Amino acid sequence: MSLLARGVGALIGGLARLITGVRALWRGCAPEDRLRVYFANHNSHIDFILVWASLPPELRRRTRPVAGADYWLKDAARRFIVNDVFRAVLVDRTRGSQDGGPNPVDLMAESLAGGDSLILFPEGTRNLGDSPLLPFKSGIYHLARCKPEVEFIPVWIENLGRVMPKGALIPVPLLCTLTFGQPLTIVPGEEKEAFLARCRNAMIALAPPAD
Amino acid sequence: MSAQETLFYVFAGVFAVLGLASGIAILLRRRLAPGTPTATQDNLEARIKAWWIMIACLALAFWIGRAGIIALFAFISLQSLREFISLTHTRRGDHHALVWSFFVFLPLQYVLVAIDWYGLFSILIPVYAFLLLPMAAALGEDTTRFLERAAKVQWGLMICVYCLSHVPALLTLPIAGFEGRNALLVVFLILTVQASDVCQYVWGKLCGRHKLSANISPSKTVEGLIGGVLTSTAVGAALWWMTPFLPWQAALVALAINIMGFFGGFVLSAIKRDRGVKDWGTLIEGHGGMLDRVDSISFSAPVFFHIVRYWWVA
Repeated sequence: MSLLARGVGALIGGLARLITGVRALWRGCAPEDRLRVYFANHNSHIDFILVWASLPPELRRRTRPVAGADYWLKDAARRFIVNDVFRAVLVDRTRGSQDGGPNPVDLMAESLAGGDSLILFPEGTRNLGDSPLLPFKSGIYHLARCKPEVEFIPVWIENLGRVMPKGALIPVPLLCTLTFGQPLTIVPGEEKEAFLARCRNAMIALAPPAD
Repeated sequence: MSAQETLFYVFAGVFAVLGLASGIAILLRRRLAPGTPTATQDNLEARIKAWWIMIACLALAFWIGRAGIIALFAFISLQSLREFISLTHTRRGDHHALVWSFFVFLPLQYVLVAIDWYGLFSILIPVYAFLLLPMAAALGEDTTRFLERAAKVQWGLMICVYCLSHVPALLTLPIAGFEGRNALLVVFLILTVQASDVCQYVWGKLCGRHKLSANISPSKTVEGLIGGVLTSTAVGAALWWMTPFLPWQAALVALAINIMGFFGGFVLSAIKRDRGVKDWGTLIEGHGGMLDRVDSISFSAPVFFHIVRYWWVA
């Protein structure tokens, strides 16, 4: 990684921590150097930055976010951040593998095979409504099937959607909490719906009570 | 004695008290039988350690002077408002109102203290924020729980910014024969109210039997309240020499602000219970968040300010 990319990474991480005062609660597991998929609720484009920033530095270098190519390849600054700083696994959400694009699950599995953990948002797109979670895309299930030895860690991000909601230019400095839950692994023969429901419930269990 | 010298001796005295508290904590730790649970002891030590840091920050601000005190309270307001809004239900449509609160009204309120424009200082948030914020929120085009959301943002600003800004505003009061010594009023307020919090905690731990209100605050006891308020009223009376008050006046003023301070903690506890949390945040180890520490100051500062302004400002 270039010195510039590393510096920008430290700066973005520091800024994110300063604005959100983020607190990481490792409730179900410890921050260890193991092959993992962190999966979190998605309210804001900067969700993955906060998950990444709340990992210990030695884990950050070995963890790659999964991000939407349509948003992050739009201009040179975003391309630099997503490719050079975060080494994101970019998936094209606008076209499927039928159109000849690479299969997103293969890209993620490749990253895991290369020894890098992942940050993933199973809802696939930002949740801008009132429900706590959108229905999950099936990608996380196919990934778990193809890498059954990997630990899937549910993460709940609280408040970030309010720091910088859709269309906002100025973030408000609210305090965010990230809760890391107990690792999940796929059970042999587990059906798609059952696994997705398990992931979903594990995430909801980490959320503070709604009012 | 000049105001600077007085401040020096007061802070030296506070550090001496802290040294004493640390010594007592060490003795208590030694007397603990091995194997007994240490949660209360750990919390006591964390609280004392945090006090060292908080008093050091205060001392630094006072050493810098007027600008330091204003900047310190602006920071305290910022952190308190963050904690308050973080625990409060707002929606996407409130974003503009929140941006205005954090980046316009909060700094402006402290600028008004700095330039001593009392007329606008006293109405900026109760009138102009009150009218402007719901306008910004209404433009968010979201009617869900609208009144409730608008009220919550206004409440946060009042408690965390408007009320707290009355502490540095004490510096602007012209008191005949007390010129250049107003920082000592700030010290009087903070010492008395914080002494009240500490004494309520100590009396409650030593001889608290009857819960004051199990619904709102499981740790508050009648014994703690009475012992704490009386002790800190005595502390306030003993500090009369640094104020424009006579000893009996200092005692009455201290009593008034201690009662207000108690209710500050009580009211904000009710909000915390409703939100299902024990503390507003985690900034200050052993104490919780910033707002947990300054809730009593927030309620007592405006009353103290008005008492001084009504009876002592010519």
